[in-house]
Amino acid sequence: MFPELNNLLNTTPDRAEQGKLTLLCDAKTDGSFLVHHFLSFYLKANCKVCFVALIQSFSHYNIVGQKLGVSLTAARECGQLVFLEGLKSSVDVFFRAQAAPHPLQFLREADAGNLQPLYEFVREALKPVGDGQAAWRCPVLLVDDLSVLLSLGLGAVAVLDFVHYCRVAVCWERKGNIVALVHDSGDAEDEENDILLNGLSHQSHLILRAEGLATGFCRDVHGQLRVLWRTPSQPAAQRDRSLTYQYKIQDKSVSFFAKGMSPAVL
Amino acid sequence: MESVLALGGFVLLRDSVEWEGRSLLKALIKKSALCGEQVHILGCEVSEDEFREGFDSSINSRLIYHDLFRDPLNWSQTGEALPGGPLGALQAMCRRTHPGPVTIALDSLSWLLLHIPCTALCQALGALSRQHAHPGGGSPAEPVRVLGLFHEELHGPGPLGALSSLAQTEVTLSGTMGQASAHILSRRPRQRPAHQTQWFSILPDFSLDLQGGPPLESQPHADPHTAPVDPTAHVTFNLHLSKKEREAKDSLTLPFQFSSEKQQALLRAGPSQATSHIFYEPDAYDDLDQEDPDDDLDV
Repeated sequence: MFPELNNLLNTTPDRAEQGKLTLLCDAKTDGSFLVHHFLSFYLKANCKVCFVALIQSFSHYNIVGQKLGVSLTAARECGQLVFLEGLKSSVDVFFRAQAAPHPLQFLREADAGNLQPLYEFVREALKPVGDGQAAWRCPVLLVDDLSVLLSLGLGAVAVLDFVHYCRVAVCWERKGNIVALVHDSGDAEDEENDILLNGLSHQSHLILRAEGLATGFCRDVHGQLRVLWRTPSQPAAQRDRSLTYQYKIQDKSVSFFAKGMSPAVL
Repeated sequence: MESVLALGGFVLLRDSVEWEGRSLLKALIKKSALCGEQVHILGCEVSEDEFREGFDSSINSRLIYHDLFRDPLNWSQTGEALPGGPLGALQAMCRRTHPGPVTIALDSLSWLLLHIPCTALCQALGALSRQHAHPGGGSPAEPVRVLGLFHEELHGPGPLGALSSLAQTEVTLSGTMGQASAHILSRRPRQRPAHQTQWFSILPDFSLDLQGGPPLESQPHADPHTAPVDPTAHVTFNLHLSKKEREAKDSLTLPFQFSSEKQQALLRAGPSQATSHIFYEPDAYDDLDQEDPDDDLDV
């Protein structure tokens, strides 16, 4: 996790809020550093994490996680981390007969499928354990990422329904958190992605939006992060609802600074 | 804002990601409940606990929450889901026969539009307002109010136009500098639509605090995360003047400023002034013609 980002969000692993949906989105840049941040953050916060990783392999996240101070292998072995490796297990859908529906069963279906098997997988993974095992703090669902589900043939409403049911099971029933990454293509013609992004934005408590600089690529400033706090049903109190910072990604950390205040240009 | 509830009929509440509308919806529900009405809520997006949060027990006792949040598509197969799915739940609201003024809140219309066809939703909305206009038996029409929350960015102009044409009142939320405003468009029968912009804020107990106008330009409070940085702190040139330099600068007369002293000095041209001489050494190629070239001009 990145300590500077924790400061921006005014949170630490000990004081993590519960029952929240955090939406990560990126536009014209790669926002996966936010996924790595939240993965290591919640593992350090002693939460049980279910990570639906559809984009990269386990070893990729493990390598980055080690730089950030967590070992995914150890977490998986002791039961703290349930890892669905989409790249590897999607092959099983086609080449191995499954007794129960596979979480990614929709890949086999010809017509518009739904994500109920994936939801059942998540619910099972984050089920509270019986006595005798280590009690984790709140359960956390992490998804990297949801936009790829649209590319795999699902409709935006199917993905929204999946997130809806996960919110019921994780945020409401178990007072856990959900963190999901959605790409913002910025393309006016991608209506499905816009519906997905806007639909999730309305349900989120916190939106972190990583954007590329409007002026193009820069060696010292990799992008801009906009933080928007929302309370979907409570009246907004007087507080900082929105912050904008620029950032630079380094090998093991990310440094944040106010706009125009990069150490390289001062 | 009083007109929103006074008019009755269908009220369309349009919100956006930046300016959420659920708190205004709850504020309007609280107002209706305080008037003694019963309020039915079809909740699709938030849980019942989260929706009831902030209301005191007297208000909560008047709210009936139809929970479409927990299992809208019957994935759990436990039999707890509302029968008929989203459309069935909406139609069940239409068939309510409880007498007395009633408010129906749909949270949200956007969720319903994503799951049932727009035509079915519009027909249901029409049936909701029609049913109470003509209850059986010749008794006077019971006022019914339908409040629908609508997330603008999720839908194209078609559904928005359809719902907008059904609405007696349309409230669009926006704001500036942390202060929310509502643009209210009311359509009364046989009258021109009336526009009104109302600045407001919602208190933690969901009462409406109406403000007179937009917020005054206030000093942006200091960002707690970054100390104010002085941009003149590390420049390589001198931006400041010392006292002597400032005095010298103030007492300097500009060359083209024509003051009375300068005028006198020019006019005097006395022997105290140094006269100027011009020394001219002609070259071999110079044409020294003593004639005045302007002699032939008749001026």
